[in-house]
Amino acid sequence: MQRVVDQNATDTARSRSELIAFIIMTVALVFAQAVVYPLFLMKALCFALFACAFNLLIGYVGLLSFGHALFFGWASYVCAHAAKVWGFSPELAILSGTAAAAGLGLIVGALAIRRQGIYFAMITLALAQMMFFFAVQAPFTHGEDGIQAVPRGRLFGFLNLGEQTIMYFTVLAIFLACFVLIYRIINSPFGEVLKAIRENEPRAISLGYKTDRYKLVAFVLSATFAGVAGATKALVFQLASLTDVDWPMSGEVILMTLVGGLGTLFGPVVGAFFMVTMENYLTTIGQWVFVVQGAIFVVCVLLFRRGIIGELARLLRIKL
Amino acid sequence: MFDMLGISSQALFGQLLIGLINGSFYALLSLGLAVIFGMLNIINFTHGAQYMLGAFAAYFLLEYAGLGYWWALIIAPLAVGVTGIIIERLFLQWLYKLDHLYGLLLTFGLALMIEGTFRNFFGSSGLPYSVPPELTGGRNLGFMFLPNYRGWVVVFSLAVCLTTWFVIERTKLGAYLRAATENPTLVRAFGINVPRMITLTYGFGVALAALAGVMAAPIYSVSPQMGSNLIIVVFAVVVIGGMGSIMGAIITGFGLGVIEGLTKVFFPEASNTVVFIVMAIVLLIRPAGLFGRGA
Repeated sequence: MQRVVDQNATDTARSRSELIAFIIMTVALVFAQAVVYPLFLMKALCFALFACAFNLLIGYVGLLSFGHALFFGWASYVCAHAAKVWGFSPELAILSGTAAAAGLGLIVGALAIRRQGIYFAMITLALAQMMFFFAVQAPFTHGEDGIQAVPRGRLFGFLNLGEQTIMYFTVLAIFLACFVLIYRIINSPFGEVLKAIRENEPRAISLGYKTDRYKLVAFVLSATFAGVAGATKALVFQLASLTDVDWPMSGEVILMTLVGGLGTLFGPVVGAFFMVTMENYLTTIGQWVFVVQGAIFVVCVLLFRRGIIGELARLLRIKL
Repeated sequence: MFDMLGISSQALFGQLLIGLINGSFYALLSLGLAVIFGMLNIINFTHGAQYMLGAFAAYFLLEYAGLGYWWALIIAPLAVGVTGIIIERLFLQWLYKLDHLYGLLLTFGLALMIEGTFRNFFGSSGLPYSVPPELTGGRNLGFMFLPNYRGWVVVFSLAVCLTTWFVIERTKLGAYLRAATENPTLVRAFGINVPRMITLTYGFGVALAALAGVMAAPIYSVSPQMGSNLIIVVFAVVVIGGMGSIMGAIITGFGLGVIEGLTKVFFPEASNTVVFIVMAIVLLIRPAGLFGRGA
């Protein structure tokens, strides 16, 4: 009984550290737009959400998807097309992009969870590549040009997203809402089953859980959040292009999550800001960016598998 | 007969030949991946970059050492194989006890580094590499014109694949390899140096990729990104065939090359995606892959 109480006490202490970190993050992001270029912050926030969505799968179910650019990129195409050609309002455009990503997530997930481990990664990569070729050939994506000059429009009919500050706070609100939602998912009974599958799938099966269904739902959720990120990015940059569906993008989101810390709550956010900042400074060195990214992969895998937040949490003995 | 379908026999067999050539590369690369995965439990994402390195090695040998295609066919795989051995000793050997995924991530990082470096020095445009003088020209087979070099590629890669199959499945060395795949600890207890065998296996798999690269150099131009798109298709081939069987990898590789070639004739829009569609169908019908043993 005493142990149970202790366990509860440490659990509260842990969630308190998460709450404090969340407040710090929110305050920092609210005030950051006064000092940092908002477009840069919005880009980082979109990638942070993308990485959080990816982390939901690798960090809490242990599934490595090598094709998450598929959901990110296609959501951004659908959102851009809906806003520009169909004249949807921004909230509806983002919703249609997200719905497209969820639908694709259902199809890809249903195929990919039929195999485990390393095959799962290869299947998601291959299907993403297939959809990349569709994006190259489909007329509505405009091939190499992408969908340009996407109107940002007025959110709910009265908030003019053309104004950078309003756009920034919209993106921030979307990010924070999804972040809290992902936190709730991870800490729900459903999330506990996901972690059980990650730790020992045969045992979860023997306890009567239909693990395939749990994995599929987790995959669709992850694809959906990646879709929110991609659709938002299309409005922010007023552009949907092939870069967002191509495989280096899938690699980049893996790297962001790895740098920040796989399976940590705040790791993907820190990793995304780290990578976006780095690439911002490295734009002048051209192709060497890939070399630097590759080197970070190698260093992270060999020496730094916990990532920034993982190491920090270990040093401070708290949960982040 | 072919005119009835509105397709000339020249076009049909020409595409079939290109399909067979692509199939040879798929077979050589997926064979290497399967051999490496068997021993190291690592999916070698660097494979595409190492194929590219093979082609570049051939180019460098000709450009700076004056050594032609036939020398390149021997030296390039050896040289790239040695770099593979260095990679295994420096990086991969620390990962065997970890989750498979870390091996994939590390080799992905290495591929980014190698390809980024080459793109930086050689841009994205291809460098020319000419067909060796002994194999220029072609012969008329009646129903089609067969360029000698292309015929050579198909025959030679088939020979390499079958030799590899023979060595692994029918010789004593292969028996050691297969035993070490099943139970490395026990094989070590019999006094066989398993770590060295693992290192050499990686070197061999990488050399196969480089060999494919040398053969590809006169057909496709030598370019830094020649491997990155190919490796994704090869992954799909590996998913379709399953990595349990050497012969399975060879058959699947050639078979998918032919399917791709036929798609180019009858439905060109889908030629890029047909391998992935086949993969999706195989996953639905036989989730373990055509020659796979379990998931």
